[in-house]
Parts: sequence; C-alpha cells; structure tokens
Amino acid sequence: MKDMELGIPNLVAFAETMEALAAEDKDIIAVTSDSRGSGKLKPFGERFPQQIVEVGIAEQNLVGMAAGLASTGKKVFAVSPSCFLTARSLEQIKNDVCYSDNPVNLVGISAGVSYGALGSTHHSIHDLAVLRAINNINIMVPADNFETQKAITTAAQLNEPTFIRFGKRPMYHLHSSATKFELGKGIKLKDGSDLAFVATGETVYHAYKAAEALEKDGTHCTVLSMHSIKPFDEALLLETANKCQAMITVEEHSIYGGLGELCASTLMQHGKALPLKIVGIPDEYTVTGPQVDIFNHYGISPEGLYQTAKSLLLSELST
Amino acid sequence: MTPTELEQKSIEYRKKILKYIKQAKAGHTGGSLSCIDILNVLYNEVMNVGPDNFDSPDRDRYVQSKGHSVEALYVVLADQGFFPETDLETLCQYKSHYVGHPTRKVNGIEQNTGALGHGLAISAGMALAAKMDKKSYRVFTLLGDGELAEGSNWEAAMMIAHYKLDNLTAIVDRNMLQITDRTHNVLNTEPLEEKFKAFGWQVKEVNGHDFAGLTKVLKQGAFETGKPNLVIANTIKGKGISFMEDVLKWHHGVPDDEHYKQAQQELLDQELLFKAK
Ligand SMILES: [Mg+2]
Repeated sequence: MKDMELGIPNLVAFAETMEALAAEDKDIIAVTSDSRGSGKLKPFGERFPQQIVEVGIAEQNLVGMAAGLASTGKKVFAVSPSCFLTARSLEQIKNDVCYSDNPVNLVGISAGVSYGALGSTHHSIHDLAVLRAINNINIMVPADNFETQKAITTAAQLNEPTFIRFGKRPMYHLHSSATKFELGKGIKLKDGSDLAFVATGETVYHAYKAAEALEKDGTHCTVLSMHSIKPFDEALLLETANKCQAMITVEEHSIYGGLGELCASTLMQHGKALPLKIVGIPDEYTVTGPQVDIFNHYGISPEGLYQTAKSLLLSELST
Repeated sequence: MTPTELEQKSIEYRKKILKYIKQAKAGHTGGSLSCIDILNVLYNEVMNVGPDNFDSPDRDRYVQSKGHSVEALYVVLADQGFFPETDLETLCQYKSHYVGHPTRKVNGIEQNTGALGHGLAISAGMALAAKMDKKSYRVFTLLGDGELAEGSNWEAAMMIAHYKLDNLTAIVDRNMLQITDRTHNVLNTEPLEEKFKAFGWQVKEVNGHDFAGLTKVLKQGAFETGKPNLVIANTIKGKGISFMEDVLKWHHGVPDDEHYKQAQQELLDQELLFKAK
C-alpha cells in the first residue's frame, strides 16, 4: 500500500454501486424502511423509481416482503440501519430469508457504533454474533470503498442470503483496484512475522496504522482484512498464526460472538495456541459519543492497538 | 368440481389427516380440520398451480401463514400429485421432509412457515413482484385468527393496501380458538372486518365449510380494483368430528385408538350418507 488517500463513506460507495448494478439489471430492487435518506439511496430512487420499494418504518415487513420479492427472482437489497435490521427483523431473517432460502441481500447501514452518540438503541454490536449462528447466510464486513463495492457486486452475482454491514464515515483506500476480492477469502494488507492484526470492517485501517507505528519500533506485523466473516478464511488465519508470535483481533462489535471468538475457536480447534487479544466492545453499558471517541475509549484506535500490541508482546517475552 | 364433489373430497381429506396424525402421534388436528375445506377449494377449484406448472413464474402462489396446520396442506398436495401419499407415512419421523410445519423440501410448498405472522409479508412481496412484472398470477395466504395478534401482520396489511395489491387474497381461518382458550379471551382480535377495512382492504365473510360460498368468493378475483382482499372464513375447529368440534384440547390433541375409530366411523357415515343421496 502506497499513499493512503481518504475515500468516500462506504455508505456512498454502496449507493453508487447499487446505481451501477441497477442500470444493467432491472431485477435489482432496493427495499427501504424510511431509510433511503440514511442509505444515500435518494439518487438511486430518482433514477430508478421502478426499482425501489418503500415499506415505511416497519423492519419486519421490510425483510418478510423482501423475501417474497426474492422468491420470484428479484435481486433484492433490503437496506436499513443494522441495529434495527438485525434485531427487530431477526426472525424474518432467520425464517423468511435463510431457512426458506430466499436470496435477499441484507444491507446493515451505520453498523457498529456509527450512530455512537445516539445510544445503544442505535448501536449494532450484536449483528455478527446473531447472524453467525443462523444457517445459510453469507456475512461480509467491508473495510473500505473497494471492499464495499466488491461485496455488493459479489452479493448481486451470488444471489444467496447475504448480510453486508458498514458505517457512514469516509474511509481510507486500503486497496488498489487490482486487489483480488472473493467471498470466503481474507486479504493480507501487510506481511510481518512478529505480530498479526486480524481485523474486519472499519477497524482494519486502525490496525494498519498501528502496524505502521510498530514497524518504526522494529516490530513487523501482518495485517489481515477479514471482510468475509462467513464463510471464513480459516487457511489464511492458520497460516498467519503459524508465522506470527502473537495475534490481536479487532472489530467494531461485541467481543462476544464476533471475529475475535471466531478466530480463537478456529485456532484452538486446529491445535494452534498463541498469545491472543480480542479487541472490540466489552460486555458493558456501551459508552456513547462520536464513533472515534468510542473507538478510543475501547482501544480500537491506532494508539490503543499500538499499546495493546506492546503489552501483549511484553507479556509474551516475560513468559 | 361441484360443491357436492368437493364436500366428498373433504371427507376423504379428513380421513387422511386423522390417519397420518394418528400414525405420527403428532399434529395440529383441530386447525387442520378447520382449514381443510378452504384448501380443498383453493387447490381443486381456484388456483392455477399443480405439479406440472410449479416451476412456472406465472403460477398462482399459496403461502400458509398458519403453518402448524400443515397436515391439511400435505394431504391436499399429495392428492394434487405433488408427491406420493405414501410419503406421509414418514410424517415427523427422523430426517423426514414431512415435518410439523411447511418447508420447501416438500414439493408444492412455496415457503417455510411455522413462526406466526410471517405469511402475509412474504405474500406481499410475491404480489408486488407480479405488479412490477405485469403478471396476472394471484397470491393467497391463510392466516389463523389467533395469529392476528402478531404485529407483523399489521405492518404487512398497511403496506399491501398502500401498494394496491388487489392480486393478493388473505383468508382468515376464524375458528375463534387458539392454544390457550377462545381467541376473544386470550386477546381479542375483533372486529376483524372493521380493522381490515380501516386498513384499506375489501372484506368478505363466508362460511368456511360452505363449498359453493368459498368457491364463489375465492374465484372472484379482486373484490374491488386497487384494494387487497380479505376473506373471513368462519370455521369450526375440529370440523367434521363431533367430539372434536370447537373443543380446545384438539388444538394439537392426537386421537387415541378409541377416538380414532370413532372419528373414522363418523367420516364413513358421512360418506355413506352421500352415496345414499
Ligand atoms: Mg384459531
């Protein structure tokens, strides 16, 4: 990675990708629950009024209705804040989408603590955990504009039950357009054998910045973007664990049931033990405020991750 | 089929419902007996769907929102030739596709249901797709009266009227009972007609065991252009078996040997009465 430039919000990258897809395929349908503004889909709606369906503030109906549409061959993207989409309509996701195998793409916007200041009603730090436990759904958490665009186009091509979540802050470009993106495969952003940062979504950039700072101290880090939570790239994780001395997982999600526990269980079940720290939102009344302050509070920031790396490596040396 | 032929058909269906529930030692007896006449009319008289066109995008669609009355649906689908009736010998057995709620593993079933309050929204999506694609297929869904306490139904009801989905017909199997007690004691969902009318639907009430009446109302198509259709079918839970009719315990009661014999005898008597006519 060379000069890291600030891109656009993944939300906008998503909306632009949707427009490009809809222009080519009239079966692409966006379904919103009074969320076309929050989903940056107003231009989409103006350009393709026949390809957007509004259901009002009714997330259960959003997903159930989307399942019915998808059953007829429509390529449906149900778009709603992840906090509502994966909680209020969880039973519709479980039964009408996954169990009935209706290929709805569930797009969780403003996920994690993107709506940090709005309180826990609007936080979505449970979504990966609950959806991982449901059979027949792909889960993707793109880190930058490139991964977002690829996740959306991949979902449209696959036509399977799929969940994609991202935030609304502008993201730095992590990849060149030549990077290979594939469901079920992680992407290695940086190679080093001292420490591995295994991150997902908007925290990947923070892990990368921490790795750069550690590099200056002579600590060489691997950084992985695990955009595909399900299916999961076990091979890349194990290969990385075999090479590195310690591992830090990073996610904008509860430390329960997300990327960290996924890595821990994968490693243990393959007989691989190494010093591991799961960084995410702990099980407590979540602090509120801007997303960046919440990241700082829980050590999901470049500085926090740098410190966690230092103490993890120190404790490893002392044992 | 004439109403008389349909009535005879229902006697046959009731025998089979009881037979397979008895064999499986499980099932929703009362609800299956209350909705079987509706399914009979839908599949034999109204809907353009069968084993030959089940893959067709133009087929009519049926979503059983009250998924627990699946035995009624299995018996009708077998009769339509979607699968051999002998498959039902495996009902509720280990690894059988014939589970206690509808799944798409069974040929002829559109959607997996079982959790209540899901069928109407799914049907809304199907009906909306027909409007988008200018297709003329119709979508039917069967709701329980107890099920109408689920709020998701009302989200869907609002949206269906907003989009003027007059190609959708929801049928309420109003047997006035649910697992705990009479529906009006558990949670009063009445007045149904006024509620749906206020939501922008056209509503018709019919005796859910009157074949001529059911056929007429279900064949009709849109009651009013631009409005979705609600058919309130007044039914009797456990219909056709004297000691099961309107009796709470037969919600998912499985007949013992004596009850089973008596029930089959009653159905046989009904059949003989027919032949005598
Ligand atoms: Mg009832």
